[in-house]
Amino acid sequence: MSQDAGRNGGDGGNAGWDPAIADLDGFRRAQRLAYRCAETIAAQLRPGITEREAAALMQRWLAANGANDCFHQPFAWFGDRTAFRGFIGVRHLGGFNPAFYPGGRKLEKNMPYILDCAPTLQGYTADIGYSGCLGSNRILEKLMDDLLEYRQLILDLVRQRKHLSEISQAVDRLCARHGYEPRHKAYPFQVLAHRVEKLEADEGRHLSILNFGVRNIGKLVGDLARGRREGWSPLWSSGQPSDHPPTPGLWAVEPHLGFRGVGAKWEELLVVTAEDAFWLDEDVPQVRRWSSRGLLPLAQAA
Amino acid sequence: MGTDIKPPPQAQTLRVRSGEVELAIKVYGAADQTDRQPLIVLVHGYPDSSQVWHKVVDPLSARYRVAAYDVRGAGDSSAPAHTAAYELDHLVADLAAVADAVSPEQPIHLVAHDWGSIQGWEAVSTARLRGRIASFTSISGPSLDHAGYWVMQRLRSGAPGELAKFANQLMHSWYIGAFHLPLAAPLAWKLGLDQLWPKLLERFEGIHTESSPSQTRDGQQGLNLYRANVARRLLAPRERRTSVPVQLVVPTRDRFVSLELLEGIEQWVERLWRRDVGAGHWLQLSHPELVVRYVSEFVDFTSGGEEPAGLHRAQVRGFGEAAARGRYAGKLAIVTGGGSGIGRETLLALAEQGAEVVAADIDLAAARRSAELAELLGATAHARKVDVGDAKAMEAFAAWVAAELGAPDLVVNNAGIGMAGSFLDTSTADWDKILHVNLWGVIHGSRLFGKQMVAAGKGGHIVNVASALAFTPTRMLAAYATTKAAVAMLSDCLRAELAGQGIQVISVCPGVIDTPITGSTRFVGVSEEEQKRRRDGARRLYQRRNLKPQAVAAAILKAIEQRKPEVLVGSEAHGARLLSRLSPALTRRLARMELSL
Repeated sequence: MSQDAGRNGGDGGNAGWDPAIADLDGFRRAQRLAYRCAETIAAQLRPGITEREAAALMQRWLAANGANDCFHQPFAWFGDRTAFRGFIGVRHLGGFNPAFYPGGRKLEKNMPYILDCAPTLQGYTADIGYSGCLGSNRILEKLMDDLLEYRQLILDLVRQRKHLSEISQAVDRLCARHGYEPRHKAYPFQVLAHRVEKLEADEGRHLSILNFGVRNIGKLVGDLARGRREGWSPLWSSGQPSDHPPTPGLWAVEPHLGFRGVGAKWEELLVVTAEDAFWLDEDVPQVRRWSSRGLLPLAQAA
Repeated sequence: MGTDIKPPPQAQTLRVRSGEVELAIKVYGAADQTDRQPLIVLVHGYPDSSQVWHKVVDPLSARYRVAAYDVRGAGDSSAPAHTAAYELDHLVADLAAVADAVSPEQPIHLVAHDWGSIQGWEAVSTARLRGRIASFTSISGPSLDHAGYWVMQRLRSGAPGELAKFANQLMHSWYIGAFHLPLAAPLAWKLGLDQLWPKLLERFEGIHTESSPSQTRDGQQGLNLYRANVARRLLAPRERRTSVPVQLVVPTRDRFVSLELLEGIEQWVERLWRRDVGAGHWLQLSHPELVVRYVSEFVDFTSGGEEPAGLHRAQVRGFGEAAARGRYAGKLAIVTGGGSGIGRETLLALAEQGAEVVAADIDLAAARRSAELAELLGATAHARKVDVGDAKAMEAFAAWVAAELGAPDLVVNNAGIGMAGSFLDTSTADWDKILHVNLWGVIHGSRLFGKQMVAAGKGGHIVNVASALAFTPTRMLAAYATTKAAVAMLSDCLRAELAGQGIQVISVCPGVIDTPITGSTRFVGVSEEEQKRRRDGARRLYQRRNLKPQAVAAAILKAIEQRKPEVLVGSEAHGARLLSRLSPALTRRLARMELSL
């Protein structure tokens, strides 16, 4: 794990970003909190629970554990909604589809689920995605295995300083080769990733509108405006606005794969510095899973 | 059935007493053959006699001992005095008497059709013949008790879909009600239905036979089978389970038994195989070689032999949902270019519905990946590296399929490459390249597998992927459009040729589909850089259109189900077809346009 990024003074590129070790630790704490939340609530899921109830459990857990703001309030998707099938997959209003929000779908045995939460802890925001299944699901297992390749591909290409749109297109091609649907295309603005920024640390509760945290979205809008002046975009997709080298900063990367009625994703913060890039934390559930399945050493040797 | 058909010379005629009747049995197969050879007993249905098996006894008796008998009241067997004597208990007793006479020690292999099969179910699921039946091949005749449960389950569920299935079966069974009418049905046989019968068979079933001397009596007496059993069993069905291995041979165009009636049958049978054939009710007359092959494979396997690939594919595994077999269960599908795009999606759609699939692709890794995905969907899948335009490679591939998997049921000739640019810029080498894949690939695939399918005699589907450009001329895609027009014409001609064989040929004409082909299309007459620029332009255009290969796969499956000769995918394909018919002049005019990418 490269925790020495703070050494990298540099000019921080167009964003002028210089990650301090203290800041990265803060983000790492927020990401660990988010993953602990997902794992805790995942362990409590039982057949019959609805998406809305699961999302509420996460929300309560986060609040009880110190989160006082969010990028977005927790999402939960069950069954074929994990693959964004049906109405939820309709792209309109730039992908702001109301079906995106947790609904009344009940969890059943062997059904895949995705929990996605983005808490802010002392001004540091994380955004994570966690896939699982109550029982067993061969397709989900395969998707989760294959998601490893995406984590490596994205990091490799960012380190090669490929343009973000090119990297996103490489992800699209990998999906095509795998035979999966890139379901992050159904996200708002078809994003593979988006920026997160540090907020003021305070104790108060903060406002969310339509499940999105006002302060974090405000930062994103600020980034959009700044990016427009400086020639980059905080919304990383395959399109023209992302046709620029990796911008230093923190990116919440979220490849989301779908095959038939099953979807899976992970979401992690990627630290991009002026010259390098690394995943904020290697101690995350998906990496532990790949490691326990013996996929990691093989892939690293390859 | 015909009067001119005499039993082969080695047939030996026996008469056996069973209760109040005497049964006529013909035993085929050389007497000097060892008794250890499997013995097959053939049981005919209504309104037939044992003559209905005349096309299969010869080939079967070359390898097995074969006994065919006339059911009580039919052919040369005597008839009992009362309707009650036609109850299934008596019919099973008859079969037992036959089995004891022809094979006192060894268990028999039972092959039965129609009412014979109904008796067969009773025999394998009741105590009288326990341990005496080694295997049962059932053609077009369900157990009445299973049918009774089936009806009860449909009615109880009350779901509209289930009730519709019941209504459908009722429509298939109109004649059963008619058979219960006093006087009318027997009178019909007396008043000339017997003479008319071969004509009806020819007219409605496409089977050529001659009138049998016992036809009037077979038709009349056999009505008692219905009268003695149907109402009783359907209204008060009993549980009928069996541990005898059962092979269902199902004619899918049967006018008398609906396919839905077989739903859930796996709950009653421990070891079940099911083979669907696109044919009508009298399979042993319309497809005798097929019946002989299926029976031989099953008899050999249940006698301890190997399980051929086709039989293995036909085994029904699991119960209820797990056994809820897709439409293509037991079928073998070959897809060329199965490693990506339309090929992969069609392969997966077939796999999802139960087919065993073979992905053939020039890119073995891609084919393997498709096979892996198909396996995730629960299918048996194979991957092979093949250059479809290479005659030797395709012959070797087809030979491998024939040897390892048996003749395919579906062949999707999909492999193709793209090429854009003007005709005058297209070099001979370019032409060789595109004709090699787009046309020769389809020729080899259609020819080699078409031959296998005809030889197997079970019908099937050949799907050739052409393009909407097959009927849309354009100066921009001269070579590509030419190959696709050739594929469409090849399919049209082949369709005519194979129509009589039960093989459906479908040409698929997709419009603008977003597949990896855009990324590898060769643009003739331009620099590498310009080619890259145009590829990117084409890819963006195709992505904006956003029509996915899944849509083509879905259209192909629908065309197969609805037996359509041609399928257009995308509004642009429909529009172009309409325009080419309404105004060829405008089509020619538009062909001159050049789109800058």
